[in-house]
Amino acid sequence: MQILHLKETVKFMSYRKIALVFSALMMIASVISLATNKLNFGLDFTGGTLIEVGFEQPADLKIIRQVMNDNGFSDAKVQFYGSSRDVVIRLGLRGDVKAEMLGNEILSVLQKATGQTVDMRRIEFVGASVGDELAEQGGLAMLTALICILMYVAFRFEWRFAVGSVVALFHDVLLTLGLFSIFQLEFDLTVLAAILAVIGYSLNDTIVVSDRIRENFRKIRNSDPEDVINISLTQTLSRTIITSFTTLIVLAALFFRGGELIHGFATALLFGVFVGTYSSIYVASLVALALGVSREDLIQEVIEKEGADQDAMMP
Amino acid sequence: MLNKYPLWKTLMVVIIVALGALYATPNLYGESPAVQVSGLRGIEADASTLDNIKAYLDENNLGFDSVVLENGQILARFKNTEDQLKARDILDDKLGNKFSVALNLTPNTPDWLAAIGGTPMKLGLDLSGGVSFLMEVNMQEAINKAKTAMVSDFRDDLRSEKIRYRSVKEANNGVVVIFRKVADLEAAETLLKKRYRDLLLKTNDDKLTLSAKMTEQKLKEIREYAIQQNITIIRNRVNELGVAEPLVQRQGKKHIVIELPGVQDTAKAKEILNATATIEFRLVDTEGDLANALKGRIPANSILLRDKDGRPSLLKKRVMLTGDHITDAKSGFDEYSRPQVNISLDSAGGAKMSNGTKSNIGKPMATVFIEYKPTGKRDAEGNLIFEKVQEIISIATIQSRLGKSFRITGAGSPAEAHNLALLLRAGALIAPITIVEERTVGPTLGAENVRLGFEAIMLGFGLVFIFMMVYYRAFGVVANLALGANLILIVGIMSLMPGATLTLPGMAGIVLTVGMAVDANVLIFERIREEIREGKTIQQAIHQGYDAAFSTIIDANVTTLIAAVILYAIGTGPVKGFAITLSIGIITSMFTSVIGTRAVVNAIWGGKRLDKLPI
Repeated sequence: MQILHLKETVKFMSYRKIALVFSALMMIASVISLATNKLNFGLDFTGGTLIEVGFEQPADLKIIRQVMNDNGFSDAKVQFYGSSRDVVIRLGLRGDVKAEMLGNEILSVLQKATGQTVDMRRIEFVGASVGDELAEQGGLAMLTALICILMYVAFRFEWRFAVGSVVALFHDVLLTLGLFSIFQLEFDLTVLAAILAVIGYSLNDTIVVSDRIRENFRKIRNSDPEDVINISLTQTLSRTIITSFTTLIVLAALFFRGGELIHGFATALLFGVFVGTYSSIYVASLVALALGVSREDLIQEVIEKEGADQDAMMP
Repeated sequence: MLNKYPLWKTLMVVIIVALGALYATPNLYGESPAVQVSGLRGIEADASTLDNIKAYLDENNLGFDSVVLENGQILARFKNTEDQLKARDILDDKLGNKFSVALNLTPNTPDWLAAIGGTPMKLGLDLSGGVSFLMEVNMQEAINKAKTAMVSDFRDDLRSEKIRYRSVKEANNGVVVIFRKVADLEAAETLLKKRYRDLLLKTNDDKLTLSAKMTEQKLKEIREYAIQQNITIIRNRVNELGVAEPLVQRQGKKHIVIELPGVQDTAKAKEILNATATIEFRLVDTEGDLANALKGRIPANSILLRDKDGRPSLLKKRVMLTGDHITDAKSGFDEYSRPQVNISLDSAGGAKMSNGTKSNIGKPMATVFIEYKPTGKRDAEGNLIFEKVQEIISIATIQSRLGKSFRITGAGSPAEAHNLALLLRAGALIAPITIVEERTVGPTLGAENVRLGFEAIMLGFGLVFIFMMVYYRAFGVVANLALGANLILIVGIMSLMPGATLTLPGMAGIVLTVGMAVDANVLIFERIREEIREGKTIQQAIHQGYDAAFSTIIDANVTTLIAAVILYAIGTGPVKGFAITLSIGIITSMFTSVIGTRAVVNAIWGGKRLDKLPI
């Protein structure tokens, strides 16, 4: 079976202006949203207390809110979590020292007020300093990842590809952050992990394409860089589509069946993989092309690549 | 011949996958309810404890599967949780003051598997349920205390050498001493330089101000000591909690992670973690009549205390020294290779000790451990009621007048001396700790997470499986074999690796790996199709397909691995779990999808004359 039967080379690069405008608009929208809406940081970053409780019967949020209000927790945010029997109560950081005792307190208050047996599903308390440190560490991690990857790609390929792939990564991360900002989805630690995984995935795609571009520059003599890139993208297109497809189906499985806790994570990855596939076709190659990648830049590596010592490593 | 693997390579693939499968099997056996009995404060369970436990269980007609003694702990397995709960109550009642009795789930790994190191995967708290705390050590306070000690030490030193000074004050990372005369400063400088090698001394231009700064090395030592000491104390306390497999671990520079699987009553856990323990030194009342005291006629100036074996002693009511003067305690050996504990005191403590002992040489002195243990009961306001527990941990004869540092011998075995040192240090908590993060996961949510994660893996796996089979036919089946082998290898390695914990994001990592692992095969298969289209022979196409895709696969995976490793370095708890499964998955998937599929492809199609390939 085959999805694509491409007889002719798809002229990807002739749509580059449209792609450029599209990417630019999306990136600007993300930056604007990040600047104005900011990110809806989860408990991991802001600090505070979160209590998830399960009721036997569907819960009435109004009553719970009233109970919270009556007991001095007027700042409590009460929401359903996944089902109407599951309720999440969020509290901001408080000045009092006994902040870590809040969870148990609320649980007993709820138990008394509703008369139902309340099942404690999860209590999380995060102090203020922890969140700050985490945000700092998270940012640092992303930067380190980008730099390490830049170095690796520059070492293995050529600086134009390295710049191209890092621009693509930046594009993917920014757009994913933009999505979380525009829709005000909760940004917690697992989403940060997902974004780092997006970096890994998007790069995976970009490298496969760059690898083929490099190979074709060596194979096809006297051709225009634009044609070489078009040919390479066409050749790798069915692989790109299939891999993205299999990754997207497992992520869909995670999104629909993985439960509430993993929702943000799955969302970030679903979107990231989607954008990553697009960026490996347009953003990375476009940047390499714009920077003037040519046959001469890649030719001297032929000797190294075809070296006999490589054969020993081959499977 | 093209596309034939040497026998060793095929065997290697088979052996690696078989080993992976072997170490993955313990996960299939499930767990049975058990009660774990472990000694408190250096007591170890032994054969007699084992017999006692068996007797207690038989008395109450509680059938058990097995009761075994291992590493000083006793584990009793039961058929059902009902028996387990009953047994816990009975054993806690009988052994409670010397042993901690905890509920546990023990894996039913067969003996032969356990003998070769087979264990099931360790589940993270988000899957098993329980509570985790992140505690922060107040390092500034530790340094402040060191500075305060320096001020009083300096004063004592200068006074004893009759060097006059105007003032001794704390300053940034050290102490500043101001003198009236240049000569005094010079004398002081020589003296202090000799005594404190870990301080940087500096004289100001006016020749009247001497500043002493702690070296980076010294500051590091103080921080290190503060965190190690806190970890030791917390370990001791956590053992009291009766938790089956607690984890107390350092994280970063000033944090300590405590994981208590299965604990739901976090209030109790917190009370205990924040509880105080201290040490007192008292003289033994050698004149009082112990026999009379045991009958209830305790002399007015004495108290009756017991040691851990229940042996009573009469002690003087007056406390000679309290534990907050202890700055350090280390176990070691004396000149006759007998275990001993070296104790250091601050200068005020040294003076008190010196006064207290000078007229009591040759008399016995007792070290008493005091602790506030929760009784499990609550008062009218719902606060836990604590019981003050006092226990004699050693009685030693005072050999000479004691000062700032002295030693206690006769502590018993080296292990007991070591434990005594730990307890003594517990009396002097130099840096306070606070809970900065707490996560509790209830047992229902944990079980639900396991189910959801498992379902997601199976669903994702199934979908990819079907797709590959439809799209690549026979080669798809080979890729699916590799995918299955990959899953087995991930589980096998996760079970074998000591620090690896499976978490919910970790399960997501496995799902993601399943999706991404087929990428290598897609790359190879697409390449083979391309080569066939270009008119190459079947064997050439297979060879070229694997060859050309190889470097691409390496490059693509190395970069993902970089991201995963960085994630591991910064992540905590669940996120670390994601990084672990992702990293393992990337490595195993490269093996199974490149070398593994090649072995199968070579065995079936390699070296044969073929016109068509089922791809």
